[in-house]
Amino acid sequence: MIEIRIHGRGGQGNVVAAYVLAGAAFEEGKRCQAFPNFGAERRGAPVVAFVRIAEKPILRRCQVEAPGFLIIQDESLLHIPSVLEGLKDKGGVLVNSLKSSEELTKEYGRPMIALAGSQMAQEIVGRPLANVALLSAFLTLSAILPLEALKKALSKRFKGDVLEKNLKLIDEVGAHVTAGQWKKEAKHVACA
Amino acid sequence: MLHALEGSQAIAQAVALCRPGVVAAYPITPQTHIVENISKLVADGKLKCEFVSVESEFSAASVVLGSSAAGSRSYTASSSQGILLMAEVLFDIAGMRLPVVMTCANRAISAPINIWNDHQDSMTVRDSGWIQLHCADNQEAIDTSIQAFRIAERTELPVMVCMDGFVLTHTLEVVDMPSAEQVDSYLPPFTFKNKLDPKHPLSLGTLVGPEYYTEARYSLHRALEKALPEIEAADADWAKICGRASGGLLTVEGPENATTAVLAMGSVVSTLTESNEMLPGNKRVKIIKLRSFRPFPIEALQMACAGLKELIVLERAFSPGLGGILGTEVRAALAGMQKPPQVRNFTVGLGGRDIPMSTLSKLINAAKTQAPGGFAILDVEPERLPPEDR
Amino acid sequence: MDSTQLKKEIQERRRQAQSAPSEESRPAEHNMAELRKLQPRYRGLEAGHRACQGCGEALAARLVTEAAGPDVILTNATGCLEVFTTPWPQSAWRLPWIHSLFENSAAVASGVEAALKAQGRKTKVIAQGGDGGTFDIGFQALSGMLERQHNILYVCYDNEAYMNTGIQRSGSTPHAAMTTTSPPGKERMGKRHLKKDLLSIIAAHHIPYAASASVAYPADIRRKVRRAVSIEGPTFLLIHSPCPLGWGIESDISIEVARLAVQTGLFPVVELERGELTGVMPIRHPKPVADYLKLQNRFKHLFTEDPRAREEREHLQALADHNIEIYQLKGDGMDALDTDGADTVRRGGMVD
Repeated sequence: MIEIRIHGRGGQGNVVAAYVLAGAAFEEGKRCQAFPNFGAERRGAPVVAFVRIAEKPILRRCQVEAPGFLIIQDESLLHIPSVLEGLKDKGGVLVNSLKSSEELTKEYGRPMIALAGSQMAQEIVGRPLANVALLSAFLTLSAILPLEALKKALSKRFKGDVLEKNLKLIDEVGAHVTAGQWKKEAKHVACA
Repeated sequence: MLHALEGSQAIAQAVALCRPGVVAAYPITPQTHIVENISKLVADGKLKCEFVSVESEFSAASVVLGSSAAGSRSYTASSSQGILLMAEVLFDIAGMRLPVVMTCANRAISAPINIWNDHQDSMTVRDSGWIQLHCADNQEAIDTSIQAFRIAERTELPVMVCMDGFVLTHTLEVVDMPSAEQVDSYLPPFTFKNKLDPKHPLSLGTLVGPEYYTEARYSLHRALEKALPEIEAADADWAKICGRASGGLLTVEGPENATTAVLAMGSVVSTLTESNEMLPGNKRVKIIKLRSFRPFPIEALQMACAGLKELIVLERAFSPGLGGILGTEVRAALAGMQKPPQVRNFTVGLGGRDIPMSTLSKLINAAKTQAPGGFAILDVEPERLPPEDR
Repeated sequence: MDSTQLKKEIQERRRQAQSAPSEESRPAEHNMAELRKLQPRYRGLEAGHRACQGCGEALAARLVTEAAGPDVILTNATGCLEVFTTPWPQSAWRLPWIHSLFENSAAVASGVEAALKAQGRKTKVIAQGGDGGTFDIGFQALSGMLERQHNILYVCYDNEAYMNTGIQRSGSTPHAAMTTTSPPGKERMGKRHLKKDLLSIIAAHHIPYAASASVAYPADIRRKVRRAVSIEGPTFLLIHSPCPLGWGIESDISIEVARLAVQTGLFPVVELERGELTGVMPIRHPKPVADYLKLQNRFKHLFTEDPRAREEREHLQALADHNIEIYQLKGDGMDALDTDGADTVRRGGMVD
């Protein structure tokens, strides 16, 4: 089982990102679970969502305490100490940021991968919502699911022009990160 | 067919498969997604029903009271303060023997205001005369919702399907959504012999004096007791159609020879079950998942507890000034056994406090030191209170 | 006028009615057998229920159900009407009837109506409540019912206090009236607040039809009920219905007291469509409010030497005058449907 925590701000489509990622796992015949850290947050407030992906039915319903991966939709969230809390030793951190991966790694003292998700989304979809771009980058890096699964999951939620543009975004993002870079990490952080 | 669905969406689809004639609801977190999804199904023409968007939970319950009495299959959903605002009507629906089905997206009660999950809401109306069935996951919530209509209509008792707010309602997971054919073969169209009809005018809800009130209440009590086999049969018959049971009145899992068991209701059972599997074999306990809280399956519980030395009741609510509600009831229910187990009682996860995987071990340890008849809140941190409040 | 004088008048009327020519000698148009055929063929509310003598609500409910016809489902708020009609195992209702709680008659009716719609049935729903269940505790449910445009006639039998529980003040209790929770005393002259102008609030929902009526004018009630039930959508009828016990009047003058409430202008009988005033029952000869008050124990403290008593009487007169003015109740000369003409056939008797 792989556990992922997604950090964002209200209005950034954090829960949708979690649902779509879990949906992608479902499309691959896996078991999945996705839920928000249920809150009463309004737009702009920090929010968290959790995703679990496994081969067999998932029983546990507690929050993800020790995620294998963090997906962070807004670099400013890194200033909140609890955001990196519990992350497994070799876990990966993906951040939506205009900085480079090297800059982030240096600034926060641990390996991080940066993706200019908002910018790419703005250019391709016309809205600066990084969630789909981040999911595409995450799956490209970790290779836990094919991008096709993400596209299928997305097509169950969106249609028409919005879907077309997001599908294009998924393909474009792939070129900006190194495919399979987190393959080893994905194996390492998997738990029973 | 398998789908990855949010719990609320799954419940909306399951309810729609039951072809309700009238749905009435008032928004309250975390129930809202259920009724939003139903209203969308209505707007899209996928569900033909009268969707009544009312001005309070009190009216939501009153509308389904009226629509059920007028002969339509009726559904509503609520949570927390909504359940409490409905309380007066809930007692009335049960007393009038109207087969309404409701989803309770379990949530804490004010004050302090808190929108997160525990069981205080449905517990507070446990004496209302409604059947209360608890669900451990979204698949159970789907199947139990469908079974609820059959149970309600066969027993002429209202059924409250309790599912943990957020923990189930807002969780997307893989569920098997039954087909319309499966549900239609299980659930016949609703007919109500006492329906309001000018051709056969009946007076419903009349004044009953001391000379008959006791008998009227007794008949409600008996009806709930008699609902026990109906609940089991509804689950068994549904399992024949879809190959899946939801746990009848209660289920027992874990090693045959374990002499300690943990009893709980709702989604916490899932977490406990996984934690239990991760314990060393000789440390594993039995997990009793209580599905039917009302009617309370005394006999089935006694059978499940035969041979146990210790039963740890883990619940999600309590009665201030007394202690556990479920724990107290379990103690009373087991008092008739020849060799009843020692019952320990803990509450956990109030107002949405996370129930981590470590809970089971912590619980088993804490039980060792609890005095007979004791009660404790497992995850309370009294040091966070001013000294005089501890 | 005091109740002795009023009773004399009533007796005189009855005497006249009894000494009226026998059926055979009457012209054909006055043939009672023929007239009876014109009466409703059934009763929605059967005799033999347990209302007090002179109960305005019981009569009003009978008139409403007779006029509405048999294809009707009734809901009922908790209150006298529910209690005196359905002491289990008896029921005085010949229509399907459901009582749930005090404050949800309108919501239960909404549910019944939704079910009828879902089933494609055309039966009309009538929700009933007293003034407590309508002006006060059931007001929210009623407002919701009107806003959602349910096809329901809501009838409020207004006896101006919580009579079922022993005459406590409600939002409908008139200013200065004595109830068990608005007793007069050294510091108080009965109810301190005004009667809630419910009809205006109802009309502000812009429903197709809202009207007031009085149990003293049965023909007017029938006409309004027929009108209301013929409309597809929410309609509202407020029927002023005396409670002999609660008002402190003798049972046999209940209707006459109700009539005086209309004739003085204290209870305006009006009709509003989509929020606009479209009809009133004109008052042929406005009577002084004191004529109405004097007959009732609940206003007894307004006829003492206390200087505040006169003040409150004047206050009530001013309220009546205000009604007469804003609704333009003062008719010009004779009108077949004014307070004198609208009710030529009086209960238990013949023409005045």
